[in-house]
Amino acid sequence: MLNSHSILQKNSSMNILVCISKSPDTTSKIAFTDGNTKFNENGVQYIVNPYDEWYALVRALELKEANGGNVTIVTVGEASDEAVIRKALAIGADEAVRIDAAPVDAYFTATQIAAYAKDKGFDLILTGKETIDYNGSQVGGMIAAEMDLPFISLASKLDVSGSTATADMEIVGGIEEVQVELPAVISCAKGMAEQRIPNMRGIMAARTKPLNVVSPVDASNYTAFESYALPEAKSACKMIDPENMDELVSLLHNEAKVI
Amino acid sequence: MSTLVYINSRNGLSKGDFEAVTYAKKLGGDITVVTCGGESNDSLARLGEYGASKVLVDRSVTSNDSQQIANVVTTAAQTTGANTIVFSHDLVAKAVAPRVSVKLIAGLVPGAIDVPNGDTVKVNVFSGKAYGFVKINTDKKIISLLPNSLQPEASGSACGVEEFDGQAGDPRIKVLNVKKPEGDIPLPEAELVVSGGRGLKGPENWGIIEDLAKELGAATACSRPVADVGWRPHHEHVGQTGVAIRPNLYIAAGISGAIQHLAGVNGSKVIVVINTDPEAPFFKAADYGVIGDAFEVLPRLTEAVKKFHASN
Ligand SMILES: Cc1cc2nc3c(=O)[nH]c(=O)nc-3n(C[C@H](O)[C@H](O)[C@H](O)COP(=O)(O)OP(=O)(O)OC[C@H]3O[C@@H](n4cnc5c(N)ncnc54)[C@H](O)[C@@H]3O)c2cc1C
Repeated sequence: MLNSHSILQKNSSMNILVCISKSPDTTSKIAFTDGNTKFNENGVQYIVNPYDEWYALVRALELKEANGGNVTIVTVGEASDEAVIRKALAIGADEAVRIDAAPVDAYFTATQIAAYAKDKGFDLILTGKETIDYNGSQVGGMIAAEMDLPFISLASKLDVSGSTATADMEIVGGIEEVQVELPAVISCAKGMAEQRIPNMRGIMAARTKPLNVVSPVDASNYTAFESYALPEAKSACKMIDPENMDELVSLLHNEAKVI
Repeated sequence: MSTLVYINSRNGLSKGDFEAVTYAKKLGGDITVVTCGGESNDSLARLGEYGASKVLVDRSVTSNDSQQIANVVTTAAQTTGANTIVFSHDLVAKAVAPRVSVKLIAGLVPGAIDVPNGDTVKVNVFSGKAYGFVKINTDKKIISLLPNSLQPEASGSACGVEEFDGQAGDPRIKVLNVKKPEGDIPLPEAELVVSGGRGLKGPENWGIIEDLAKELGAATACSRPVADVGWRPHHEHVGQTGVAIRPNLYIAAGISGAIQHLAGVNGSKVIVVINTDPEAPFFKAADYGVIGDAFEVLPRLTEAVKKFHASN
């Protein structure tokens, strides 16, 4: 499906940075090792975090296709993350940067990306709304703070005209249509674009696209995960006769006490 | 020990705001609330009932510009000497809290679901499939509380409200237009949720979901394919790649219960599943199950709730 509601005007070409994170495939079994202090990666397939891929990266590519320009993806991660980076390149990014460090927390990660981006003249820095593993929704706002840029969080629509970006921003109790002068940082949510499946040509091309490895800057982490736990298993489901909804209501009131 | 709570009062006070102040009270020490916008003093003074000793309000900030709000929160934190800042983990806090974290060198825990144990805070991770315990390494701490993680407790009396110049600076985001969904209960804060999946066969059939939701005073939600094909708006999509919710009651009709859907709803206290297929995986995650046709069961359930309300 095309993003029919978006208006793309011819602009001077755009230099866009898309922040990419890996995340475990959504069907991964979640388990922990080392006395529940580490995520058990055994048998886990990594994918590009869906919000980064489906919305941030695809919208960046659409803006580039309409205006000309360049889409760079950046990830803070170790060499083992390069397979995920190649997937994002296969979808159409022009080049990739890997900042060679384990992303210990959001502050550390944002600091690395801000340090890399600060003198590169990006018009737009896009992130996904959150990662589906740690669900922090922090990195975009922190990059904006470190670079002193305006930040549109949770944008479900994004258009660019000249040096102005217009976006729909999800707020408490509604949506605001807002405008900022570029450069700006924008976190991308559902509605902004449609997922693209990489084709064979994209996959072949991704193999030879530039993937630059840069060294991290010194930065501390403000937070650390000490341990994890799995939710307690549900007790068996009570089956209710479909003819007898009075019984269900009575159980919800007297037993579960939720109505 | 002094705690600052930021609340977004732009659409009036909500349950999430009362939860955040209640949470701050559980931390102990003095509580100041900071907010922006036009909410009346009388309304803001009610936060005292939940434990605030005063409310600071910066009326110069008239939009949801996260940079301006972060400046105000930072100034308030410095003025009050707060060592902990509490947010309700709503859509605006998600933009403001990271900025405050950087400005104050204060570690941020997003999506806390319990009071801290020492320096360690419990959060949802892997979209609700597991819990994590996060340690904050910095002296100043920021905790953003997931809605519906504790019950608001009012016991005190109204507090004072002071005008506050939070040195917001100029807005950099210009608001062109505000679109509000009409009459909706915001999904993340809803205590009761009625949700429909592909089993409902088409958008024209959503009346039976809405009737039940209306009778219960519940919010409505849906599975991802339902939002993807446009039967329902995107903001109703729950799951791993949609909204994660933890209501008291989640009623799912015509939803199979795929792992990605469960991820966003398995924090619900009680789950009711209505499905024609006895093998639907959702029954494994449910507390109460009804094997039956949603087109018959939902209207029957709505009638039963009506009867219950009439006699209670
Ligand atoms: C990366 C990724 C991310 C995803 N993220 C999400 C997410 O965030 N949220 C999400 O929901 N999904 C997500 N999905 C999709 C998920 O895998 C499932 O495909 C989806 O949840 C199925 O939606 P459904 O249950 O509505 O439809 P179906 O799986 O088609 O199930 C329909 C159900 O309705 C029942 N039914 C049919 N007729 C009736 C009737 N008359 N009365 C009662 N029951 C009836 C059927 O028995 C069936 O169980 C994701 C998938 C991927 C790959």
